[in-house]
Amino acid sequence: MDHVTDKLPKGLSGLTHDLGSDQTAFKKVPWGKAMMWIFLLSDTFIFSCFLISLMTARASTTVEWPNASEVFGLNFFGVEVPLLLIAIMTFVLITSSGTMAIAVKFGYEKKRKLCAWFLLLTAIGGLTFVGMQAFEWTKLIFHEGIRPWSNPFGAAQFGSFFFMVTGFHGTHVSIGVIFLFIMARKTWRGDFDTARRGYFTSMKSNYEAIEIMGLYWHFVDLVWVFIFAFFYLW
Amino acid sequence: MAQENKQEVTTHKIGVYLWIWGLLFVFSFFSYMVDYLNFEGLLRWALILLFMFAKAALIMAIFMHLFWERWTIVNVLLWPMSFILVFIGIMVAESEYTFFTRLFYFVVGT
Repeated sequence: MDHVTDKLPKGLSGLTHDLGSDQTAFKKVPWGKAMMWIFLLSDTFIFSCFLISLMTARASTTVEWPNASEVFGLNFFGVEVPLLLIAIMTFVLITSSGTMAIAVKFGYEKKRKLCAWFLLLTAIGGLTFVGMQAFEWTKLIFHEGIRPWSNPFGAAQFGSFFFMVTGFHGTHVSIGVIFLFIMARKTWRGDFDTARRGYFTSMKSNYEAIEIMGLYWHFVDLVWVFIFAFFYLW
Repeated sequence: MAQENKQEVTTHKIGVYLWIWGLLFVFSFFSYMVDYLNFEGLLRWALILLFMFAKAALIMAIFMHLFWERWTIVNVLLWPMSFILVFIGIMVAESEYTFFTRLFYFVVGT
């Protein structure tokens, strides 16, 4: 710990001190991390708009809303288990969030190879999630006949919200997986130890990049928590 | 004063993350059980929201390190989210109005 930063006031007086310091407001926060947080805040509003419009559509339709528990049920050796695939997807995504948190920790401890392995594990978890989502979409489109404009279970809006909400989330996961693979490679090669310049930004980087990557990945998990609650369980 | 912005690096024991990971599993299992055991009505919604907020809080506080961040960034990030609640309130009123007019015109006709 730096002895100078230790002197910063904490809590509420820290808040007024930081904002009134006539300097950078987010002390001890690297700019990349602050920018990622601000991006995530804007992304929060996008997903909120999706989920709030889901609420609006569901509350204003006079037709019965499809029972998600039945629509997403899975026949497991002759037994109908409700939401089984969704539950497994939830556990996979939480697990990948856990490995990501551990990767961030190993990164800051400069354990290069452990960090890269855990990033790779995280990426594989994300890939598994996207794979299961592709399976789910295939099942719903080809076997259950769900379309954005109609479905055999109830209110016609159900399909469009399903594809919109899970599709947008799945896109986030897919982008995250791509970047996790890139970061795993960079970490393994030692880019963050040697401050090697990135091929795209041509800027030097360090293990803070892993934490910023982690923020994005945890956010994807966070959004899934809300989708799981509002779309699948409600 | 310029050094005030110098970054510090703290890492936490791996046990912290494993604990949170375990708790997230437990909460997810509970919220799945809400559906599996067919809880209905107010109890169902209360439990869904409870487990959802518990999971969200754990992820944000520990995994995303907000618990260890300074109050400035925590406040700047969390307060704008209260607008979401305002928006929910507006849209609840709006959707109830739409529902009412639909019912009215489906029954009475134009």
